[in-house]
Amino acid sequence: MKKRMLSLVLAGVMTAALLTGCGGSAGTDAGSADGAAQESAETEETTDAAEETEAADEAAGDEAAAEDGAAQADGDSAGGTFKIGGIGPLTGSNAVYGIAAMNGSQIAVDEINAAGGINGMTVELNFQDDETDSEKSVNAYNALKDWGVQVIDGCVTSACSIAVSAKTAEDQIFQLTPSGSAVDCVATPNAFRVCFSDPNQGAASAQYIGDHSLATKVAVIYDSSDVYSSGIYEKFAAEAESQPFEVVTAGAFTADNKTDFSVQLQQAKDAGADLVFLPIYYNEAALILKQASDMGFSVKFFGCDGLDGILGVKNFDASLTEGVMLLTPFAADATDDLTVKFVTTYKEKFNETPNQFAADGYDAIYTIKAAAEKAGITADMSNEEICAAMQTAMTEITVDGLTGEGITWDASGEPTKEPKAVVIKDGVYTAM
Amino acid sequence: MSFVAHLINGISLGSVYALIALGYTMVYGIAKMLNFAHGDVIMIGGYVVFVTASGLGINPLAAIIVSMAACTVLGVTIERVAYRPLRGASPLAVLITAIGVSYLLQNVALLVFGSDTKAFSNVVTLPNLELFGGQLIIKSVTIVTVIVSIIIMVGLTFFVRKTKIGRAMTAVSEDQGAAQLMGINVNGTIAVTFAIGSSLAAVAGVLLCSAYPSLTPYTGSMPGIKAFVAAVFGGIGSIPGAFIGGILLGVIENLSKAYISSQLADAIVFSILIIVLLVKPTGLLGRKVLEKV
Repeated sequence: MKKRMLSLVLAGVMTAALLTGCGGSAGTDAGSADGAAQESAETEETTDAAEETEAADEAAGDEAAAEDGAAQADGDSAGGTFKIGGIGPLTGSNAVYGIAAMNGSQIAVDEINAAGGINGMTVELNFQDDETDSEKSVNAYNALKDWGVQVIDGCVTSACSIAVSAKTAEDQIFQLTPSGSAVDCVATPNAFRVCFSDPNQGAASAQYIGDHSLATKVAVIYDSSDVYSSGIYEKFAAEAESQPFEVVTAGAFTADNKTDFSVQLQQAKDAGADLVFLPIYYNEAALILKQASDMGFSVKFFGCDGLDGILGVKNFDASLTEGVMLLTPFAADATDDLTVKFVTTYKEKFNETPNQFAADGYDAIYTIKAAAEKAGITADMSNEEICAAMQTAMTEITVDGLTGEGITWDASGEPTKEPKAVVIKDGVYTAM
Repeated sequence: MSFVAHLINGISLGSVYALIALGYTMVYGIAKMLNFAHGDVIMIGGYVVFVTASGLGINPLAAIIVSMAACTVLGVTIERVAYRPLRGASPLAVLITAIGVSYLLQNVALLVFGSDTKAFSNVVTLPNLELFGGQLIIKSVTIVTVIVSIIIMVGLTFFVRKTKIGRAMTAVSEDQGAAQLMGINVNGTIAVTFAIGSSLAAVAGVLLCSAYPSLTPYTGSMPGIKAFVAAVFGGIGSIPGAFIGGILLGVIENLSKAYISSQLADAIVFSILIIVLLVKPTGLLGRKVLEKV
């Protein structure tokens, strides 16, 4: 009996370890479950998608032909077409990101074509669905290559972007991801991005807090088991040393321990922090806001793009988010001319308010335009020539976009731009 | 002052562990099996309250009763379908089945409710207790959880020792074969055990989600494991042991987070479990079972 008990307990502890491991990868499990569910419908969808692509190709071809015809009829020496291929999730659980980026890009393309195109070339955008699946993303890229793509505007999500950048580096096709924020998205020399990288959000946040004198004593609560969160924290801590505020406590938690933040909050309170920096996702942030309010700790909160979505948590008391600040490149209610014009056009065309992915998509197209003009791209250049010329031109251009003014790039592919933040007021993002 | 605050936060966390551990220890004590699906029954209990209270707008107290009923039915069904056919099988087979049921519940919840986090509205609407002019705040849900745990602990102890069914349970736990020979309905008794354990899970689910208001299909799994550790720590099978183990575990976890390292807290908690088991293999209050040959 005793032996049996012992073996049971041992088995139990081992199983506990096993389950703990699984708990950590809960998100992944969910993802694969989704994937499996989608797979059953996949065959059908693929056929549909193929047909649609064909149809789109034909349509695009017709249009191009028509335009060419028109150009010839006018006797205008049109510079041919410039084919930009977009890749992002248009279906599946992240479809909202991909569709927004596609719509934003399309608005930019339409504007550019109306204003005479790039170096006289008409811009064509062909946006393919990848369902946030790296493999499908590469398939989408291959489809775009068959179409004759010259520059890739994508991918919208990080993992897909990394997968495709391996291919574009091989084929020497210039790639600009609007929103792939993982460090490795721009690891290849031909890949650039519009958004901040994950860790660079840390530096940008520290600068923002320092420049706007938001606090003198800052506490950080971050997830040490998550590369996004710990990456931001490290950069933040490094940048904070040269900023006029002090990091008083840094409370870490892990994926297995992410419901109780009373200790971290108590430490922040004891240290007299007047701002808590949360480089984490919104689920945990929602709990932190609730627990802080329960313990009577009223303090400013500042987060990164991981907090984007906190207003969408079902049944969450939105009044707790009042005054929460987050670093996001785009606020739809900003009053500068560019944003107003973009938001109006977007609402007219797609009947919804654009989010940051739409803005990233829009800026991506204008960045490609700026680089292509700087590099003097013409329709008869090969992809290798375009890629080499664009790579050099990217480090020489300055772009004023929706997501920042005076954006510049270095050869690593990282953008340098002024960080922008929003504050939540009455349950909506408001520009600061 | 901050030490007291950490201590209270630890008790707050520990009271939730204690409440879950009571269900674990109850089922283990009687049926001699580890019901790893207990944490997920808690999660289902939470979702039932979420759907009935937030979705259908039923009074939260009525929602808790609905949830207890739903979890009782769920627990008895799990026992009937998954565990009873394995009554004579090796403990390992039952253990693996329990893990299977745990994943089944998680994935069913994932399909039905989706993976997005639901914010649970606190059902305990009493005001928080403020001491020393607001320097120290004890959440009302903590007080309620501790009181509920104590009531359940006392109630269960009384039930097992004094009532007819309770004594039948004790008999079954000591020797199923002999109990059956004495005219006790073993299957029925174990089914009642699961019914009680699962309705406790519903209560635990509500209080867990009230204290930490985020509900996902994985909400129950980590607290379930910690509570299992708490039950082993206190002496699995012992009802007061589960309560003490739970509270101690919460306090140790929070104090090590506060004064040693917030990342090493889990490592410390599990190391303490190992040390306790080495020194006192039956746990703090575990009974030493003499084996007769």
